[in-house]
Amino acid sequence: MNLADMGPLLQTALELGLFGSLTVLALYLSYTMLNVCDLSTDGCFTMGACVGAAVAISGHPFLSIIAAMLAGVISGFIVAFLQTKMGIESLLAGIIVNTAWYSVNVAIMGNKSLLNMNKTATVFTLLKEKLQGTAFAGQYKLIIAFLAVAIVVLFLSFFLKTRLGLAIRATGNNPDMVRSSSINPAFTTIVGLCVANAFTGLSGCLMAQSQKSVNIDIGQGMVTVALASLLIGQVMFVKGGITVKAIGAVVGAFIFRLVYTIALRFNMPAYMLKLVSAVIVIIAISGPYFKKKIPLAVRKHNLKKINRKEDANA
Amino acid sequence: MLKISNISKTFNPQTVNAKLALDDLSLTVNDGDFITIIGANGAGKSTLFNAIAGSFYTDSGRIVLNDTDITLMPEHERASMIGRLFQDPMRGTAAGMTIEENLTLAAGGTGWFGQINRSKKKEFKEILSRLNMGLEDRMKQPMGLLSGGQRQAVTLLMATINPPDLLLLDEHTAALDPAAAANVLEITEDIVARDKLTCLMITHNMQSALKQGNRTIMMDRGRIILDVSGSERDAMTVEDLLEKFKEISGRDLDNDRMLLTK
Repeated sequence: MNLADMGPLLQTALELGLFGSLTVLALYLSYTMLNVCDLSTDGCFTMGACVGAAVAISGHPFLSIIAAMLAGVISGFIVAFLQTKMGIESLLAGIIVNTAWYSVNVAIMGNKSLLNMNKTATVFTLLKEKLQGTAFAGQYKLIIAFLAVAIVVLFLSFFLKTRLGLAIRATGNNPDMVRSSSINPAFTTIVGLCVANAFTGLSGCLMAQSQKSVNIDIGQGMVTVALASLLIGQVMFVKGGITVKAIGAVVGAFIFRLVYTIALRFNMPAYMLKLVSAVIVIIAISGPYFKKKIPLAVRKHNLKKINRKEDANA
Repeated sequence: MLKISNISKTFNPQTVNAKLALDDLSLTVNDGDFITIIGANGAGKSTLFNAIAGSFYTDSGRIVLNDTDITLMPEHERASMIGRLFQDPMRGTAAGMTIEENLTLAAGGTGWFGQINRSKKKEFKEILSRLNMGLEDRMKQPMGLLSGGQRQAVTLLMATINPPDLLLLDEHTAALDPAAAANVLEITEDIVARDKLTCLMITHNMQSALKQGNRTIMMDRGRIILDVSGSERDAMTVEDLLEKFKEISGRDLDNDRMLLTK
């Protein structure tokens, strides 16, 4: 690999990282703030992609984005409803919805598992035409990705400081305290998951439209990939307020994609993505756990040595 | 006025572990009453609070607070009328959020999309400064950095920032060191007196049970076995209380903590 390769490589990583970071921001809201591990993320991501593609193909490039986010809201609402109003364990609610969405997504694509958008007008093709001949001609994907992420980050940094946002943050922190502030934690969970999954749907929609096709598997493993990105970002941005941490989530997504893209250049097979992300999540979550265990293990070892010495002397 | 009529609660019904925690209990609390509640471990003191606050619904009976029947009202809806503090200082506040964010959430009045504004900040600063803990200069710090006493004091502010119809204090100073406990208790008395709050306080300290408030209740096996106020209470000593307990329940008061602190 030479230096000339680095430019396009960096750009690809940045594009993919930014599209994916919308899902990471969704998990920032649901996983970090609400303390809910939303396992419907994969299905919701695919649903955003499918709805976005279907609406775009029918000739509505801008409506497709709104429709994809709306699909995400509905998906989030159903997951939240199952866990807050129907007594289904939060993890299980996510898994059930994720399974159901496979059928729904195939149906949305019209009984197909693949949709092609080669000749479809999307926000990407529209911007590409606009930029033809300018210095930014090659950056149309990047511009849209950056815009979308900037809007979502700005929205989050506003939203999480409102009373509703505070209540959502407190729900993950101390639901008792939310209740004693006369707010129903079930309500904040529903709102939080609706907003989070709107971002996931947007993420899927933009990812699919930028690569001009949707495959029913497009969202598979997305929750793990996004979680890995989120945790990388959290390690890098330990200090700072909610806005800084949100930016951290985006940076984490970029770094994850960068490492992955570089690894691909070094001939790592593409199918390794999921395994790598799984390992990152395992290390990031179990790391702090083992960090606590190590001093105890050292002490245990030392005590054993002392006891053995005393036994020998006796 | 709080009117509790004939409430009962059995935990784990129809099992070998079935426990009658509240036994046909009735109690009327007048406006402005400050009632201290004492009783052995497992007498049903905290269970009574849980029933009033709505942590669970009672099996039977009625609870009416200021002409509103709250018997089957969800916990978060009652919370606008009832302030509550627990023994565990961690339970009342969100550790990951700042002091000012915690207070904003408790204060309300901003609508769902309102944010902290300057006048709210000024108001928070003023009530925090009354605690004399220097917290008014630490409003942007996470709650988790505060000591137990400080957290409990802020929780008290949060519970009373909109004066509730009823304040429930469940041994809220028991987990604090003696100096902090005395301080929080003093702040409690100030706030209750200033806002003329109606208040129920569980305590294991029999001395303070007789000293604080205007009325004392003793509970045993899910019932109220003694309810004294006025001159009868003024004349009472801790020994009288212990004697009374033995006389009514037929056994010694077996609360170690209570005996140690008498």
